[in-house]
Amino acid sequence: MIARLQQVDKVYANGVVALRGLDLDVGEGEFLSLLGPSGCGKSTVLRLVAGLGEVSGGRIEWSGGNGRPGDIGFVFQEPTLMPWATVRKNVLLPLTLRGVPLEEADARGREAIGMVGLDGFEHAYPRELSGGMKMRVSIARALVTHPRLLLMDEPFASLDEITRFKLDNDLLALWARQRWTVVFVTHSVYESVYLSTRIAVMTARPGRTASEVAIEAPAPRDETFRTSPLYNEYCRSVSARLAEAIRS
Amino acid sequence: MSGGPRTSSLSSIEPKRAADGAGVGDLDTTRAAAPPRRSDVWGGVRRVLPPIAIGVTGLVAWELLVRLKQIPYYILPGPLLVIGTLVKDWSTLYPSLLVTLAITGAALLVATVAGVLIAILFTQSRWIELSLFPYAVILQVTPVVAIAPLIIIWVKNIPLALLICAWIVAFFPIVSNTTLGLNSADHNLLNLFQLYGASRRQVFWHLKLPSAMPYFLGGLRISGGLALIGAVVAEFVAGTGGVQSGLAYRVLEAGYTMQIPRMFAALLMITGTGILIFLALTLLSHLVLRSWHESAVKREG
Repeated sequence: MIARLQQVDKVYANGVVALRGLDLDVGEGEFLSLLGPSGCGKSTVLRLVAGLGEVSGGRIEWSGGNGRPGDIGFVFQEPTLMPWATVRKNVLLPLTLRGVPLEEADARGREAIGMVGLDGFEHAYPRELSGGMKMRVSIARALVTHPRLLLMDEPFASLDEITRFKLDNDLLALWARQRWTVVFVTHSVYESVYLSTRIAVMTARPGRTASEVAIEAPAPRDETFRTSPLYNEYCRSVSARLAEAIRS
Repeated sequence: MSGGPRTSSLSSIEPKRAADGAGVGDLDTTRAAAPPRRSDVWGGVRRVLPPIAIGVTGLVAWELLVRLKQIPYYILPGPLLVIGTLVKDWSTLYPSLLVTLAITGAALLVATVAGVLIAILFTQSRWIELSLFPYAVILQVTPVVAIAPLIIIWVKNIPLALLICAWIVAFFPIVSNTTLGLNSADHNLLNLFQLYGASRRQVFWHLKLPSAMPYFLGGLRISGGLALIGAVVAEFVAGTGGVQSGLAYRVLEAGYTMQIPRMFAALLMITGTGILIFLALTLLSHLVLRSWHESAVKREG
């Protein structure tokens, strides 16, 4: 178990109740998707798991027991890169902030840049890259600390479908090799079924988990899975659960 | 083909431009920092041609008007006479230019250092900004001509008094722009820095300062011109003669003694200086931002 949320409430300063009585377990090594309508508090859950912000009620426990999240990588909906810094410097940022010696940082930076397939672009500036490439830089930055837990907040939502499919596949391949735990926020049924080992379906605001679905499909998934009957079956059942969650 | 319809007057260079333009790809990997292509140079020349044409036409018309109407030089000297006077009186005007430049430069330097420091102070706490910002505005909106006499009475050292006047005019754009810039850091990036446990100092150096850079440089460009105006206005009010007198005093002096051509020559120098300051700061801004900021990067495609 990586993190456990119990009866978590979150009320923002402006009175908006984002979460009400949310229970969620994040297990070691799983690819968990949070699926729900927009505004249901998916991103809020992610921020709370990351330790960015306090719960208004209930509790969050992280494994390790010191009451803090451990090493976490965070990928936002937007690439969120520093425009004045090269790809290399953007990727190295987490290590720079922690004062990791330059030589070691450089080696890990190269490794992370290689993992997302951006070799040769170390010295490019973000504005010289396409949307998909910027997102890859953002993922490399999240991976450079070798996190146990990778949090992704609708990371591919603003990309075109071709780029999104490609990044989905690359992300799955990386996850299959590295086996960190992923919590992936999305509002796409299809994307969540394709990627996840488990899906938590959330209700409309105030958000809580309405139901959970384990996706038991064989591990190396590729494009053939997208057209398989099993995939379609899962999409149908998850869609039904989502519709039900929104109604309730 | 790029820009075909506008190039009729420069048809002889058109083939070359087309050849250069053909190499520009739309690949992700196209780098912006390529050396300037020939077409860029010609594009630049074409852009400055119209204002130069207007200027030359105006000067010729002015010279003709003065000559044909036989306007006396103490009312309106022609441009040729002004240039002649500039050359003839260079030994008097040049030292004055240096005096004005020194005050402008010093005022801009102090305005930059103080402005950035004040902006940093403002962003440390909302309360500091709320308490002090109105006074920065008051200092900005009070006409410098109106307070210059007071400052000159209070501060006995004239160059110092002039510097203070020029500083008052110049520092506000830097303060307000830099404050805005420091507060404009991307919120998600701030979250990211928090996630990685960045200290306040790290947030400042790695995030806020670079975010503020384009804003600061924009403010600096405005302040450069204002520092010169402040210095000249203060010199007018002080009206001091002697070795330490700047260009504004040369204008006053020429006015008193009806040396109108010299007055124009001094005016020309002030304007020229202002333009040079603006160009220098624009170049600085371009050099600092060229690799990443949209303002300094050519649009492609």
